Parts: sequence; structure tokens; C-alpha cells
Amino acid sequence: MKEKVKQPFVRFVRRENVTVRRTAAVLTAAILFALVLGAVLLAFNGTDPFSFYWTVISGNFANAIAFRNLIRAIVPLLITSLGIAVAFKLKFWNIGAEGQFMMGAFFAMTASLLLGNALPSFLTVVLVALIGGLGGALFGGIVGFFKVKFGTNETLLTLMFNYIAQYFVAYLLNVDFYRRPGGGIPVFKSLPTSAWLSEIRIGNFSFDTALIVALILVTGIFLYFKYTKHGYEIAVVGDSPNTALYAGMNVKKITLRTVLLSAFLVGLAGALQLQGPASGHTMSTGITGGMGWTGIIIAWLCRLNPFGILLGSSLMGILERGCEIARLNSGVSAASADILQGIILFSVLAFDLFIRFKPVFRKKTEGLKGGSDETAGQPGSDATAGEG
Amino acid sequence: MEAFIQFIVQSVRYGTPLLFGTTGEIITQKSGSLNLGVEGVMAVGAIGGFLFATWTNSLILGILAAFVCGALCGLLFAFLTVTLQANQNVTGLAMTIFGVGLFQFIGQNLTSGSGFPAMSAELAAKVGENGIPLLRDIPVVGDLLFSYNPFVYLGVVIAVLCWVYLFRTRTGLKVRAVGENPAAADGVGVNITRIKYLNIMLGCGICGIGGLYLGMVLRSGRYDGYGDWIAGYGWIAIALVIFAAWSPAKAIGGSFLFGLLLSLQAYRGAVVSIWPAGLSWMNAIPGEFYQMLPFLLTAVILVITSIRKKKDGGSPTALGLNYYREDR
Repeated sequence: MKEKVKQPFVRFVRRENVTVRRTAAVLTAAILFALVLGAVLLAFNGTDPFSFYWTVISGNFANAIAFRNLIRAIVPLLITSLGIAVAFKLKFWNIGAEGQFMMGAFFAMTASLLLGNALPSFLTVVLVALIGGLGGALFGGIVGFFKVKFGTNETLLTLMFNYIAQYFVAYLLNVDFYRRPGGGIPVFKSLPTSAWLSEIRIGNFSFDTALIVALILVTGIFLYFKYTKHGYEIAVVGDSPNTALYAGMNVKKITLRTVLLSAFLVGLAGALQLQGPASGHTMSTGITGGMGWTGIIIAWLCRLNPFGILLGSSLMGILERGCEIARLNSGVSAASADILQGIILFSVLAFDLFIRFKPVFRKKTEGLKGGSDETAGQPGSDATAGEG
Repeated sequence: MEAFIQFIVQSVRYGTPLLFGTTGEIITQKSGSLNLGVEGVMAVGAIGGFLFATWTNSLILGILAAFVCGALCGLLFAFLTVTLQANQNVTGLAMTIFGVGLFQFIGQNLTSGSGFPAMSAELAAKVGENGIPLLRDIPVVGDLLFSYNPFVYLGVVIAVLCWVYLFRTRTGLKVRAVGENPAAADGVGVNITRIKYLNIMLGCGICGIGGLYLGMVLRSGRYDGYGDWIAGYGWIAIALVIFAAWSPAKAIGGSFLFGLLLSLQAYRGAVVSIWPAGLSWMNAIPGEFYQMLPFLLTAVILVITSIRKKKDGGSPTALGLNYYREDR
């Protein structure tokens, strides 16, 4: 093993503290960088990037309907992402949001179809939403149970559960209870009107009650993380399960409780999406719209901070809706949104390093070849060779 | 019997993209990196390889291009997770969004512009079910073993080579050491960064070939401007890694078994026809259940191996964890 020992050109040293200001600055730089990259790509493609970006942003605020649609796109993503953040805070890698969202919607649909219009609408709406949340919690809770009981890998198990939920819902299209009567392509029944979310109108603008739920949840989760005993326990277990055990915490109970809460919120997002107008009050196999995946990325990149997630999902909503508007207006391909989204995510992921780490450049005098004193005694040191 | 042979042949055809995806992902995961972006990597490999194959009118160059495109995705993944220490789950998901988005972006622009390229008759003939001359004429055995398109044999050869590489070579030992305990491997002088970069790129390159197979063989090179070619195969491949207990050799059997499950939905009539009295219940089970089966089986296996606490499940201990030397 004769490998050249070389001081790397640049290495990264972990920062002592992560400040909000640096985080904001780095994230802004990352998004700007991604937009420039995206502009180059668009220009190559024969689209004027400036007018495209302008349409993406201004299109969402051009009229009351566009703005209403924007809010409708943001809300489910926001709630999903909040739910994921709860589990991630505990370092429980719940990537099963797609499935929990789906099962939330499924339970809500079942409840709504059973209840019909028998109860007062307000009661039905709340009941259906809560049952949806419980459905999500049940689905996520199964994984949580196996995790605390046997230490099953939750990343892979929640991933499998996504597809189990997906095909389960696809199967329901064969069931008369769920399927709209009549021939042709099978479609799910719409919810009875009692379970529909109501719209709140202020002047020209209108929004669904789900927005209020979402904003309450943002504040609630923020307070839950920061000021409650549960929040403290989550932080300790997430940081070091051994410390938590040593401190006498019931790690298994805390884990299961947190996973249930996480999956409940995601299930609730699914239920509200189904009850809202964005889905046409109708279940479909594509009801998640990939929000379970996007939500994970948003939760992580916004550093699991509820207000950060509010901002992150708003930006993502603006991008997605804006690209759709640009597509309708100027025929830019629908995939532009996905690819821009991908570039932005990669860029933020890459820049994220500068929030947590500090680059240290090689000094001119040291280490071109042969061991420098810092890496001496460690032949074959890797690129992140660090100081002690 | 004829119908049953057809069913097996179809299973192998459906299973082959999984063989590439799974073998690639095993290489990546054995070096300790959980790349959830197989779907995206396969999409990029598919479009890159297909465009190059149709442009040069050469299957071999297309396969190489698919490998290179996949490996470039791997390079991006490695740069983000190894050098920049980004979270692997999140990076993988971003890779899926990006890869599938890039596929659609290129595909849609070609469709609306100069038109999506079609395979020449010569190229289409090359990826046809040509089989191996002479051997394919043996009754039954010839149909079952020697009647496939070249990708099937390439996949089996790659899987066997990868098994030898991982379990019978010194480098493979290092790779597994990095996946089990990077700090210990680092301590004895293994270059963690290099091992991770190379194996992620190698793994993603192999996944890329699987994407090309999907495009050229299963989708016959046709793109409708809407659905991407991969359509969930990448996720099944990740499930199959667990099913195959992180062994490329087991992945061969596993992917044909999963291919069998995937083709059951469409071809189960053929199976029932062999023994109608005993197998007619298969028709009563809804098709969605067969589609769910690969994931359900994998979930059950995950739970069972964790209950039995057996370490021979093959799961690398440091899977999904980034290695930062100062945390050692």
C-alpha cells in the first residue's frame, strides 16, 4: 500500500455553531446559483430565461385564482413536510410519507363514504380529517413498532410500505363501495359534500380551511419542538439514544410516539387533500402528486425548522405552479419544473456544506508530496483528512 | 406447456432490468452508500444510452454511453454525499426527481422538436430475442435458457463478475470493509473516499445499462411524451437488494423471481392453464396484488431478518451513514 500522502487542496472543518444568518445567506446563494444554472439550460433550449422566471414568479400573483391555486399547492406539501420533520428530528428516517399520505386519504374516504351526509357538515369535516390522520398514523405506526421492537431498518421498510399502499389503493378501484358506478375507465367516487372543506372568502381572495390548519400546525410544531418536554426528549433521543437511555428516558416509547405523530400529520395532509378542491374531492392513485418525496427534501433542507419549512414549501409551490402557468402560456415543456426543482435541490444540498463546515485551503508551503506533519502516521489518508 | 415456457421467457425479460439495477445498487450499498436515486440514474442512463445508440447506430456504444451516463450520476451522488457530506436519503430522492425530470425534459423537447429518434431496423434486430445460435434450437432448454436478447446474458455476466469482485478479490474485501466500518478501514489505510467514489460510480453505471434495456427492449424505443421508461423499476431494484441479501449472485435468481411476479399479472392465465383445477384461484386474486407482491415480500423479509437478528442478512452496517473522519 504505497499511496501518495498529500495534503488536500481544500478540506472541511465542522463549525462550532450554525447561525440563522449564515444559513439564510448560504441558502439564498444556493438558490441563485441554481437559477443561473437553470437559465443556461433554458437558454440552450431556446427559452428566454428572464421572461420564463418572471412568468413563474409573477404568474402566481397575477390574479386571485392563480393565487388561490398557489395556496392549494403549498398547503398539503407544508403539512406533509412538517410531519416528516417530526420523525427526522428523532433521526427516524420516515421516507414513507407517500404511503402514509395515501392511507390517510384512504381512511378519510372510507369514513366519508360511510358517514355520508348524516352528520352536520362541520362535524363530518373534522371527523373525516382526524380519521384520515389516524389511518396515516396506523400505517406509519406499524413500521415504528417493528423499529422499536426488533430494530428493523425503517428507511427500507417505509419505502416498501409506500408501494404496498399504492397498489392497495389501485386495487380499490375494483371494489364497488369505492368505485363510481358505470362503465369506462374506473374512477373513485367523489366524497359526499358534508366532508368537503369550506372556502373562506376575504374580498377577492379565497382560501380553504386547510390553510388555517397548516398555519396552526407550523406554530404548534415549532412550540412543540422548542418548549415541551416531548420536544426536548425528541431532541435528546435524536442526538444520542445512549445519552437518552442513560438519562432514564424511555427511548422506545418516545420513538413510537414521535413516529405516530409524524405519520398522523402526513395522513392528515392526505385527508385534507382529499377533502379539498385540489383533488376534486375525489381519490385517485396519483393523489400524492409526489408530495411525499418532495416533502422529505424540503423538511431536510429547511433544517427541520417549521418556519423554514413554511418558507421552503412556499418556494416549491411557487416553482411548481409557476412552471405550470409558464407551460400553459408559452408551451415550455412540463418537465422544466422537475429539472429546475432537481437543480435547485442539488444546489442547496451542495451549498448546505458551507452551513455546517468551514473550508480550509491548503497553505502554499505544506504538503505537495510526502507526509505533512498533520497527516503523518496515517498513510493513504482520504480527501477529508482533518486536523485533530 | 408452450404457454408456460412463454411465461418463463417473459419473466426473464421483465426481470433483466431489475438484475442490472439490483447488481449496481448492491455494489453501491456494499461500499456503505444508500442511493435511493436508482430510478433517476436508470432514467438518465436510458435516455443517454438510447440517444447515443440511435445516433451511432451501435448497440455496444449505446451500452457504454448508458454506463457513462449512469456513472456520471454516481459521480454527482458521490460528490454530494462523500465530499460534501450531504444526507444520502435526501440526495437520492433529489436524484430521482432530477433524473426522471431530465429524461422527460430531453424526451419532450425532442418530441416537440425534431422528433423522438427511432431505432433503425438494424439496431432493433440486434436487441431482438436472437438467443445463442445452435443452442437455442434445443427443445425446451433452448427456449428457457438460450433464446434471449443480448442484454440478458450481459446482465448475468455482470452479476457474476460483481459477485467475484465483491467476495473473492482484495479490493472487494476493502469495499465491504468500508461498508461495514469505515473508521476501522480508514485505520488500516484503506482510502475511503476513493473506494466510495469508484463503487458508487460503478454501481450507478450498471444501473444505467438497466435503464437502456428498459428503453430499447421493454419499451421498444417508443416514447409517448408523457410516461418515463423506468416507471418504478428503480424502486423495485432497491427492494430486490434486500431480497437478494446484498449478493449479486442471489440477485440473478431474485430478479427473475421478481420478473415472474411482475409478469404474473399479465400472463397468469398461462400458468393457470397448466393445471386449471389446482391453480384457478390465481385468477381470482386481483392483479394489483401481484404488483404489490415484490414490495410485500421484501417488507416481510426485512422484518423477519430483523427479528432473527441474523447478521448474515448481508446488510452493510454503515449503510446510509456518511463518514467524517473527525467524528471517529
